[in-house]
Amino acid sequence: MPNYRIHKTEYIDETKRVSFKYDGKTYFGYEGDTLASALLANGIHLVGRSFKYHRPRGIVSCGAEEPNAICQIGSKKDLTEPNVRATELELYEGLEASSQNCWPNVKFDIGGINNFISPLIPAGFYYKTFMWPKSFWKKVYEPLIRLSAGLGKSPTEPDPDIYDHKYVHYDVLVIGGGVSGIIAAKMAAKNNLKTLLVDDKKILGGSTIYQNNESIKIDDKLSSEWLKNEIQEIKKLSNLTIKTRTSIAAYHGYNFLLAKENLTDHLPEEKKKNKIRQRLWKIRAKKVVIATGSIERPLVFNNNDRPGILLSNSINKYLDYYGVTCGENIILFTNNDSAYETSISLHKKGIKNIIVDLRKSASSELIKQAESLGIKIYFNHVVTNTFGYRKINSLEIMKLSEDGNTTVGNKIRLSCDCLGMSGGWTPMVHMHTQSGGKLDFRDEDQVFLPKENSEDQISVGSCNGDFDLENIIDKTVNKINKFLDIDNQDYQKTNIICSKENDKRNIWLLPNKIPLGKTKCFIDFQNDSTAKDIKLALKEGFRSIEHVKRYTTTGMATDQGKLSNMHALGIIADTAGVKMGTLGTTTFRPPFTPLTFGTLVGRNVGKFFEVVRKTSMHEWHVENNAEFENVGQWKRPWYYPKNSENMHDAVQRESKAARDSAGILDASTLGKIDIQGTDASEFLNRVYTNAWSKLAIGKCRYGLMLNEDGMVYDDGVTTRISENHYLMTTTTGGAANVLSKLEDYLQTEWPELDVYLTSVTDHYSTASICGPNSKKILNKLFPNLDLSDENFPHMSFKEDKLENINCRIMRISFTGELSYEINIESKYGHSLWKMCIEAGKEFNLTPYGTETMHLLRAEKGFIIVGQDTDGTMTPSDLQMDWIVSKKKYDFIGKRSLYRSDTIREDRKQLVGLLTDDPKEILEEGAQIVSDVKSKPIDMLGHVTSSYFSPNLNKSIALAVVRSGKTMKGQKLIIPMENKNINVTVSDTIFLDKENKRLNA
Amino acid sequence: MFLINCPFCGERDQSEFSSGGEAHIVRPKQPTELSDDEWAEYLFMRKNIKGIQFERWNHVHGCRKWFNVVRDTSNDKILSVYKMGEKPPVNYK
Ligand SMILES: [Zn+2]
Repeated sequence: MPNYRIHKTEYIDETKRVSFKYDGKTYFGYEGDTLASALLANGIHLVGRSFKYHRPRGIVSCGAEEPNAICQIGSKKDLTEPNVRATELELYEGLEASSQNCWPNVKFDIGGINNFISPLIPAGFYYKTFMWPKSFWKKVYEPLIRLSAGLGKSPTEPDPDIYDHKYVHYDVLVIGGGVSGIIAAKMAAKNNLKTLLVDDKKILGGSTIYQNNESIKIDDKLSSEWLKNEIQEIKKLSNLTIKTRTSIAAYHGYNFLLAKENLTDHLPEEKKKNKIRQRLWKIRAKKVVIATGSIERPLVFNNNDRPGILLSNSINKYLDYYGVTCGENIILFTNNDSAYETSISLHKKGIKNIIVDLRKSASSELIKQAESLGIKIYFNHVVTNTFGYRKINSLEIMKLSEDGNTTVGNKIRLSCDCLGMSGGWTPMVHMHTQSGGKLDFRDEDQVFLPKENSEDQISVGSCNGDFDLENIIDKTVNKINKFLDIDNQDYQKTNIICSKENDKRNIWLLPNKIPLGKTKCFIDFQNDSTAKDIKLALKEGFRSIEHVKRYTTTGMATDQGKLSNMHALGIIADTAGVKMGTLGTTTFRPPFTPLTFGTLVGRNVGKFFEVVRKTSMHEWHVENNAEFENVGQWKRPWYYPKNSENMHDAVQRESKAARDSAGILDASTLGKIDIQGTDASEFLNRVYTNAWSKLAIGKCRYGLMLNEDGMVYDDGVTTRISENHYLMTTTTGGAANVLSKLEDYLQTEWPELDVYLTSVTDHYSTASICGPNSKKILNKLFPNLDLSDENFPHMSFKEDKLENINCRIMRISFTGELSYEINIESKYGHSLWKMCIEAGKEFNLTPYGTETMHLLRAEKGFIIVGQDTDGTMTPSDLQMDWIVSKKKYDFIGKRSLYRSDTIREDRKQLVGLLTDDPKEILEEGAQIVSDVKSKPIDMLGHVTSSYFSPNLNKSIALAVVRSGKTMKGQKLIIPMENKNINVTVSDTIFLDKENKRLNA
Repeated sequence: MFLINCPFCGERDQSEFSSGGEAHIVRPKQPTELSDDEWAEYLFMRKNIKGIQFERWNHVHGCRKWFNVVRDTSNDKILSVYKMGEKPPVNYK
């Protein structure tokens, strides 16, 4: 096996050999490696196939910007993870990774055919090709594209890992632990500010930490040695927290940031167990220092995507940090000085290399150093083509013309096994723009820079466009002193020597003799889009960068165009003949790098996924086999199946029992608001449609609440407990909103009213007993209470004691039966319920759930707000004009009841429906029409509630129908998928119109 | 995520609050005297400003109090916070 690890470094522990599997084959690396560095050490460059053309692709970078080395980690159904960048994944014993984009395998060419038909895959290819026929999309196109495009596999079983969330507050947050971030953190922390420094790598130091060029020195030391000292010092600072392996995912307003900390991803399987895998930090910082650095740009020339072509600086890091050389015969192609650092490093380790430089000449310290070492430099030359299928083996260069627009002279063919490219540097302005910051464009080196516009946030170092070390340190110190309003002198005497870049030459799309249409000049490696695609989009009339981006899919892959956006912009600007700065940029959206769902969700999984509210009777319902329904956050018994009953049978039995003898419902979930104050009656007058002043103490009244637009909002029964004390009930789901709405009016419109609102929903439990035998059961529970109709009539309230515990008893009915609601302090709710059941045994007292409750009330034509109404129904639409006071001067929504729209006769109105076949049960939500032949069919309304009534032995339904009030007796049709159901419009009250049962 | 300075509780995270739309819209004292158009003006018409906007917020998961906020919608900066019934600060007209 080849070994490209050519020297020892302090970051690789050669005493700790690590075995791992890649695409099924076992390899070895060392502790300290990333998957990418270990693969390169084994001579592996080829890591995948490209998205559209299926071209072989290799590792390009050493960080978050990696477009090609995307892996699937592990194969377990619950733990496998897609889209992991090999350049960021730390190697551990037992790691199993496979290249994601290589179906059926990385060496076999299934989509190689795409390479030949590539003229057929231009910009907008997906839009143009896969649109028609429509039916092909789901069954043919999408599975095929997914299969060959390598979008990775998501796990198919629940994630067993533990994730965590943490909220923290800091005076200063520093993002990035390179040289400028370290200086900023030290200055802040030494000035007594509580500081957090985060860096996504395993160790601090950025790219300076492995810098070993003699021409770059600080205080007479190598810059890396000087920085190690600084790191030792900041580790001693007590009010500085340092978090490595932690990356900022999002920068929101008000300096609220989300960071992901990796805790176990670098550990072998057995050490990961029972530990928190990742933690999401929710950070509030008074001030934020952005020191996220910059990434190297590729160059855009023909066949710039072969395996073995990397960013020049990455070759340097693999060499000096990991001890790995990316080749033995390397060519560096550059337009700036930084490739010379790589070249000199390679030279020192005895790796043969030459430089191809776009510039006509250059004269910095670094260049003099390279020249004096005898490194061959081709100035004013350009790479025009590369060769080699699974890995680069040679390339062609040509001389550039005076203006740089064409090539001149003869091709020179050079052999190599690796090509480093350096197109200059792009400051990482993502965090700045995510925070709302704007950008400026600097023409001189074609970079977007943060425009300072906030006193809470600042960018320093190379993400601010400061590239040489002297500039970085001096400017960082000055800016941080000003930003934090401090006077730190630590760096006053620091002596920095570094090479200064004097010459620049940037060409976004490099010239070539071959017509563009016949070249493959890649811009976005991950989405396989080329310079030709961008030009075609412009030719087809696209102008906005956002449109070109979407049409060509440039910058739309999981790397979000970290390497490609600048080139796309540059080529658009050059082609359209406009200045690059005027085009603007695409939007940088969070997250900066992909986040796991686990991190976002944290501990809120399984039973903690959502808040669940249970009544104090809940355990009894569980023990008695209840099926539950979610109503808001509440778990409510839906029905109680006996033996092998299905839902229909259970509901029929429960409904019949409630009307024949007695039924009991857990009504604890209804919203309860305690209303007190000398203006309580007046307040109720204003919020309900009916009058309240005359309600006697000890009486109950049903009320309807509207929105200011006249539409029904909530309903419920309110009881007058004493002169200035009411208890309001609301719907289960509406409780919180009603309270908030009432508070709104009380605090903002009627602050003069002396009224206090308190939510008491959780304070009381309620058992509702109904049916002809309910009075007998009540009598057993409360033997001293006079239950006669004279003393305790319908819609009234009494207090009595149950074994010394006070109960509030209301005689109110939502079923139409004689009915009592017993309220007791919640801690006694379970006992109350059991006593009721015990007392009711001899009367077949049957527990019933929400489904039976809905059926019983529908028989009586009582509405359920939210089921029979949808925010567009007035009281009149519901045929409830009787509840709207004509005398009251004002109440919420009154004025809207006679707007031109609300008095229209042809509004949708609540009606009853009876099916011609009494056994036919309508579907809730079904459309209602009068004529099925006309096209389009005129929709008159829809079914809102539908049941089979065991008490009437027929199907009943409520519906809203246009002009329904005037349609009683008319025939209508419910068109279903395979039949039309004939119905007749009826009254909304199906049972006991005379209300005889209330006093049975 | 805003940091809102509730005039009763102090600075709290935005997740504790709910927004109640434009501030200083007074409910007409005599709605019955209004024409449909006048009532619609109160009921439906709201400004949607890019720039300085006066808004109502409710500390719904806190003290439950409603209060007013002056916010620049172009950068989400909250410029001022004041109680219900207090006059809006004049310097933000
Ligand atoms: Zn508050």
